[in-house]
Amino acid sequence: MDVGLIAQYVMNGLMLGMMYTLVAVGFTLFFGVLDIIKFSHGDVLTVGAFTALATYIGLRSAGVGSTPLLLLAMLVVAILAMAALGMLIARYLVMPLRSAPALNTLLITLMLGTVLRELLRLFYPQGANPKPFPALLPTASINLGQFNLRLDNALMLAAGGLAIVGLQLLLNRTKLGLAIRAVAQDEETARTMGVNFTAVVLITFAIGSALAAYAGIMNGLYYNEINFGMGLYLGVIGFAAAIIGGLGSIYGAILGGFLFAALQTIGTVALPFASAYKDVFAFTVVIALIAWRPTGLIQEKISERV
Amino acid sequence: MSRIARQLSFIFASALFVGALVATAQAKDKVKVGFIGPLTGGVSANGLGGRNSADLAVKLRNADAKAKYEYEFVVLDDECKPNVAVQVATKMAADKEIVAAATHYCSATAIATVDVYHKFGFPIIVWGAVLPDITYRAKYAEVHRVNGTMINQNDANAELISKIGFKNVVVIHDTTDYGKGHNEYFSKAFAKLGGKIVGTFGVTADQQDFTAELTQIKALNPEVIYFGGLTPIGVRIRSQMDKLGIKAVFDGTSGIVSDAFIQGLGPLAEGSLAFREGAPTEKLPGGKFFMENYAAQKYDNPPEAYGAFSFAAMDLILDSIEKVGPDRKKVIEELANVTERDSIVGKVTFDDHGQNTVAVITKYVVQDGKFVEWDDSEYATGKRKLPGQK
Repeated sequence: MDVGLIAQYVMNGLMLGMMYTLVAVGFTLFFGVLDIIKFSHGDVLTVGAFTALATYIGLRSAGVGSTPLLLLAMLVVAILAMAALGMLIARYLVMPLRSAPALNTLLITLMLGTVLRELLRLFYPQGANPKPFPALLPTASINLGQFNLRLDNALMLAAGGLAIVGLQLLLNRTKLGLAIRAVAQDEETARTMGVNFTAVVLITFAIGSALAAYAGIMNGLYYNEINFGMGLYLGVIGFAAAIIGGLGSIYGAILGGFLFAALQTIGTVALPFASAYKDVFAFTVVIALIAWRPTGLIQEKISERV
Repeated sequence: MSRIARQLSFIFASALFVGALVATAQAKDKVKVGFIGPLTGGVSANGLGGRNSADLAVKLRNADAKAKYEYEFVVLDDECKPNVAVQVATKMAADKEIVAAATHYCSATAIATVDVYHKFGFPIIVWGAVLPDITYRAKYAEVHRVNGTMINQNDANAELISKIGFKNVVVIHDTTDYGKGHNEYFSKAFAKLGGKIVGTFGVTADQQDFTAELTQIKALNPEVIYFGGLTPIGVRIRSQMDKLGIKAVFDGTSGIVSDAFIQGLGPLAEGSLAFREGAPTEKLPGGKFFMENYAAQKYDNPPEAYGAFSFAAMDLILDSIEKVGPDRKKVIEELANVTERDSIVGKVTFDDHGQNTVAVITKYVVQDGKFVEWDDSEYATGKRKLPGQK
């Protein structure tokens, strides 16, 4: 196979992997602090992308023409709005259910996801249709044989990487990160040590949801199209990625995200049968991996045995 | 209660009373008719357009003083999913008060439900689905269709691209019955004309990322990418083709003939091909009448490509009920006799399978943000050129 072609596949896979990773990291964060699965995560991503689009349209009609300014405004508005939404979900839906079985949280967030999705469809103007998302990054590209490297893709890949490195630094180098890790390890001990549990949970949900907004905008810029149902699929894949990596571990989420993207790409390219089966292939491998390592490829240092 | 409030409520009460008297004075028997289409999900734009159009037919009939019955319009959502469709079709067919219905935009849902309608003896007219098997797999007296099938449309498609001079085509189709049908009929028709299908890719109907498939396609270097599927993934594929620098012509089916396709792509839609049975709404015999009345109702959504067919289907149902009364068996007998019947989509003739035998196919190309008939376009005159057109 042509080298340029392989490079193209790798680039496609990396972009996909980066988006999956950003979603998976959210799942892992939420599971870390509260031991819950928040299934509305994918739909928060969609709402984030639509918020960014609405901001763009609003600013454009108000006469703002500068691309960097538009992009910055979209990022700021969407990230802040989703962080707020994440905190609201945590405060009013997830935390009150702390003492209920984990299944209840799973169900309630699953339903919340459907509510968010349908609200977008019903109340965003013509929300049922796919929406064009503006291309705001420079689209210069280099053609190397069959390989078409676009500047915007490279920028997005770098931006995604920076977000994850930033998160990692936040968790490992700051007092807030220490508090989050403390709560993740042992809630009661953390409380006795003076950690404000509620605040830590809310901030964690804000961070996770902000990452989802970031991923949503990235998705929009990459595909130049967003639709109300895009979060569902991304949510399922992000969740699967977090599980194979090892729920609760950031590195696990990264590994899981890129692994899943690699599996999908391989499923399309290298297997003899039709590409329609690429998801069947990818999820089958995931099932096998989970059967082999039930707690994920990278295990939590202290894992709960039930 | 204050005095004013008491007076007001008295006035209201008397108004209601008078209103009720008037209503009973001209009461007609109530008859229920149904509509099923995708009202939620990715193709809901088409479903809502179809629903509004059928609703319009019912409203116009109810406003007609000569009508013998007063019609009640029952709407159910099949979500374009076969499993949901079977449930709602059963629900509707089992309700004995509903006499007949205009049903389904998606082929996958229409083919899944024909057996249900047959079992319940429930007359339906398909208003948008194009898979041939819906009418031709079995000979069910209950099942009719006002729009044409995908066989005709793919013949026209293959003919146009080979006439332009394209030889190498890659097929992308969704893996529902709809997409598979398109793949089959197009590939057959194109091979017969000496064309070559250099690759075939099945994709799932809600897939987001096509870069892996498109990278493979790029290496195959086709002149045309034929797409058998619906608008949402059509938009995604076309826009990702651009990202990967693929210059091929995007050749779609009736599934992408919708305003949402152009809205979703903006300038990238330019030069996309598409085909549909029947003439464009504005050129239909009753097109102007339909569009004016549709606009007068101020619906939230446009009628989309199949709105006129939905209107025609519902109108045929209402005509039949007016003629033979609200009885399913009689309506089925009446529909079997439909020949050369005038409708807003032209003459309708049901063959022995209940299929309307319209052979007209309209070829479209997107030009300046609109679906323009190929023969009227600047591409046909040579003023503009498709990528790779000689």
